[in-house]
Amino acid sequence: MLEPIHVALGSLNIATLAPMLIAVVGALSILIIDLAKGGLHKSLYVMIALLFLLLDLGALVDFGGLFLKNGTILGFFDVMLMDGIAIMSQIIIVAGSMLFIPLALTSKRFHEYDYPEYFALFLFMIAGFQFMVATDNLIMIFIGLETASLALYTLIALHNRSKSFEAAVKYFTMGALAAGFYAFGSMILYAISGSVEMNQIATILAEDHYSNIGYVLLSMAFMIAAFGFKLSMVPFHTWTPDVYEGSSAALAGYMSIVPKIAAFVVAMRLFEFLVHSGVAWLQVILYIGVVVTMTASNIWALVQSDVKRMLAYSSISHAGFVMAAVLIGTTQSNTGLFLYWALFSFTNLGAFTMIWVNRQKNLLPGQSSDHPYEKFSGMVKTMPMGAVMMGLFMLSLAGIPPFGLFWGKMYMIGSAVTSGYTVLALIMALNSAIAGYYYLKLIVFMFMKEPMVGYNQFYFMNASLSLKTIIGIAAVGTIFAVFAVNPLLKVITLFVYNSGY
Amino acid sequence: MIDHILTLLIFFPALAAMLGFVVTKDSIRAYGIAVAGIEFLLSLWLWYAYDPMVSGMQFMEAAPLIPAFGINYLLGVDGISLFIIILSTFFTLIGIASLTEKRRIKDLIITLLFLEMTMVGVFAALDAIVFYVFWEFSLVPMLYIIGAWGGPLRIYASVKFFLYTFTGSLVMLVGMLFMAYFYYQATGQWSFAILEWYRLILPENFQLWLFVAFFLGFAIKVPMFPFHTWLPYAHGQAPTIGSVILAAILLKMGTYAFVRFSLPLFPDASVFFMIPIAVIAIIMIIYTAMVAYAQEDIKQVVAYSSISHMGVIILGTFALNVEGVSGSVFLMLAHGVVSGALFLLVGVIYDRRHTKLMSEFGGLASVMPRYATIFGIMMMASVGLPLTINFVGEFLSLLGFYKQSHMLTLTAGTAIIVGAIYMLSAYKKAFFGNVTNEENKKLKDINKTELVGLIPLTIVAIWLGVYPKPILEPINNSVESVIQLMHDKAQSAEAKVRIPDLSGKNGTNTMQEAY
Repeated sequence: MLEPIHVALGSLNIATLAPMLIAVVGALSILIIDLAKGGLHKSLYVMIALLFLLLDLGALVDFGGLFLKNGTILGFFDVMLMDGIAIMSQIIIVAGSMLFIPLALTSKRFHEYDYPEYFALFLFMIAGFQFMVATDNLIMIFIGLETASLALYTLIALHNRSKSFEAAVKYFTMGALAAGFYAFGSMILYAISGSVEMNQIATILAEDHYSNIGYVLLSMAFMIAAFGFKLSMVPFHTWTPDVYEGSSAALAGYMSIVPKIAAFVVAMRLFEFLVHSGVAWLQVILYIGVVVTMTASNIWALVQSDVKRMLAYSSISHAGFVMAAVLIGTTQSNTGLFLYWALFSFTNLGAFTMIWVNRQKNLLPGQSSDHPYEKFSGMVKTMPMGAVMMGLFMLSLAGIPPFGLFWGKMYMIGSAVTSGYTVLALIMALNSAIAGYYYLKLIVFMFMKEPMVGYNQFYFMNASLSLKTIIGIAAVGTIFAVFAVNPLLKVITLFVYNSGY
Repeated sequence: MIDHILTLLIFFPALAAMLGFVVTKDSIRAYGIAVAGIEFLLSLWLWYAYDPMVSGMQFMEAAPLIPAFGINYLLGVDGISLFIIILSTFFTLIGIASLTEKRRIKDLIITLLFLEMTMVGVFAALDAIVFYVFWEFSLVPMLYIIGAWGGPLRIYASVKFFLYTFTGSLVMLVGMLFMAYFYYQATGQWSFAILEWYRLILPENFQLWLFVAFFLGFAIKVPMFPFHTWLPYAHGQAPTIGSVILAAILLKMGTYAFVRFSLPLFPDASVFFMIPIAVIAIIMIIYTAMVAYAQEDIKQVVAYSSISHMGVIILGTFALNVEGVSGSVFLMLAHGVVSGALFLLVGVIYDRRHTKLMSEFGGLASVMPRYATIFGIMMMASVGLPLTINFVGEFLSLLGFYKQSHMLTLTAGTAIIVGAIYMLSAYKKAFFGNVTNEENKKLKDINKTELVGLIPLTIVAIWLGVYPKPILEPINNSVESVIQLMHDKAQSAEAKVRIPDLSGKNGTNTMQEAY
């Protein structure tokens, strides 16, 4: 008979679970409130979710302080790993979610927000993403990923339109395939190293001098496919435009930011030690992937006739741009990744919120999709402030200084230049120029064309004070980003550097 | 206040533009004139306070912006940028004062004031990224002006304008990041400060690559052959005010940037590329002059002649000696005054007839004598008649380049003379002969609003042609220090010979304290 194992409670370091547990407790309390008294208004649930996220954020900031003092915090037999990038990415995840959740407070009624489960699922999803980034254990990553993804599929489907069901099923099918790939990849890594923890796998592989390189490459092929799906890298991107189109604009904007930063962090942990140990094949594949993702999605975006689909392709392109950081793999580029994503979340959230407030319930005759370019035609004449806001977000996405994303782009290209990837830097720069065209297209429609009859009644149809506040926050974050870049850079560099990336 | 006059000059119009949203539509023009007038007076004050004997930067300002990456808010003016700043404020004032546009005038004036901010910002910035910010941001107001108030093809023209310049600038941005990285490698610190970059001596092969990266950004802006195709469209479709600002100021950003960045940062590469660029410049002069001759539209004639003269500016800049560079900086101002005035004049006739085709006109001199006189003076200035403003600049530019290559200069000089043909023939077609078109008979001569803009420009065009010294001297002082810096930094034997050593001469010993 086996001896029972005695574990001191203190050694578990339960505190490392605190941020995720806050989100889980929040979700459970929403369910309990609904049990006690049903039919409450969505504003209650939004505020409860916001409060729990605020607590979550507080706990993370606390961990940030601890990390700077004592270094990486481990817990649960080293399963939980609270290092700098885990804390940083969780802060982006939680802060992004806090900006997103008030978007439920629309002036029009939407089916999904009547269910308290929507908010509970939302918080479960955040907990999932938090688990995913706060560990280097392959199994734990899998659990976090699946928790979050399953919740997200449901959130999409709750939007209750035929295209939403299509989107949810499509996303689910693709996601299941990606999960399968992930499982295969980790299985092979476990088979050759006997461990499921990435830092141990790295050590074992290095001691072994990569004698099993064939298996490593095979597992990496699976992993690239899995993360290709999650990060919507070309050619695994096909689900993205359809899913974005099918889900509500608010959720689409959310999907372009939060799930991706989680996937980026795991990709950083997984791929960078291999790139650094000179697995040339992986480097080449990543290089090609980055370039193709950036360029091809930009070209697809050029021909879209629907603004939301254009933004979907644009966010694929941005993901490809940032994936370059994983390829380059220096402290500067990883810092650039977080800086870019922090600035991107403001701008992109603003752009998707602008779409969301202009959402109409019924299509006009002859209107093929929810948000054709024509809808925004001549907007400056009927809704000048709205057009200026939308134009601002488009200019920022295009990388026009002094708006937010320019600084992220500049720093990313700078990091490519610094580490000798000159050609990549040029490709990144030229891609920004291509992207300029389709962002400009919307500006041309808004500012230089005449209004189309019928569409202007939908402008700001869906707006409420809280949505306008979110747009305001996004706009302030975009315009005054230049003053935030320096403190952000300092903090992020400190966190990234101290985590050894 | 004088310590922060540059910040004031940059952000006063922007602040005024934001307040302008409150002003009602009927009063916005007066508001615009008032703001632009104050801004112009401020820039004159800057000139007054400027010490022409000092060759280096004056009124310098510094504030940290992103110190972690070496980006700081650095401003300053020297003789090279001072007058272009005054030209920008002058043209914004004239442009708004002689504005005849009626549609959505409020949006237009607010946009112009934002544009003024970016123009002054570009010429006052001493940090590459701050420079880049203003440089790129200037595209947005111009895009709006062309795209919203332009002709039938305005959207195509404005998007083309935007994408061309945007693409070139992004390559330049990569170049700037490279420079900063070199600086980091050399000193262990990030910096985008241009004056600190001046101290770097780069290996020659790096200079060549970086020169090309910067060149792309600048050449598209100028625009140099073969990147010039966006400009005729932009001019053809832009409203009068758009063409005036574009020709007078925005194009100067490119030529100014050559003097500010390319020459002092990459002296060896500048010498290496001197002859190829001169050849391009001469092609530009001849080719666009020929194209101008073939035009039917009087605005296109002015547009192509404007590109043609930009070629002379490039030639002067790449003479790499004091005469040439001073001449080209002076010619930038002259070209601004003259081509800006010509576009205003074309706008006058367009407002009356809503056509710009020369075949529609003829014999205008008898119907509109005052108009014909001013047009005549400006056209003479444009072809470089002695005692007009263009002559001084063209003469000095050619003189400078003559020291480098006799043959090329002779070709360029002949081309300029031949270039007079198209201007004279255009003038003949439009103004002399009998009034053939009935509609032209009852045209009103130039009115007061239009004279407000044109009279000062005519005075400047003649005054500076007769007595250029007050402007030429400060320019000369600053250019001398740039040339000396280039000579000191040059590594190859050829560059040492081509770039003259001025250390023996007077007035350049201030260089050490300047840089």
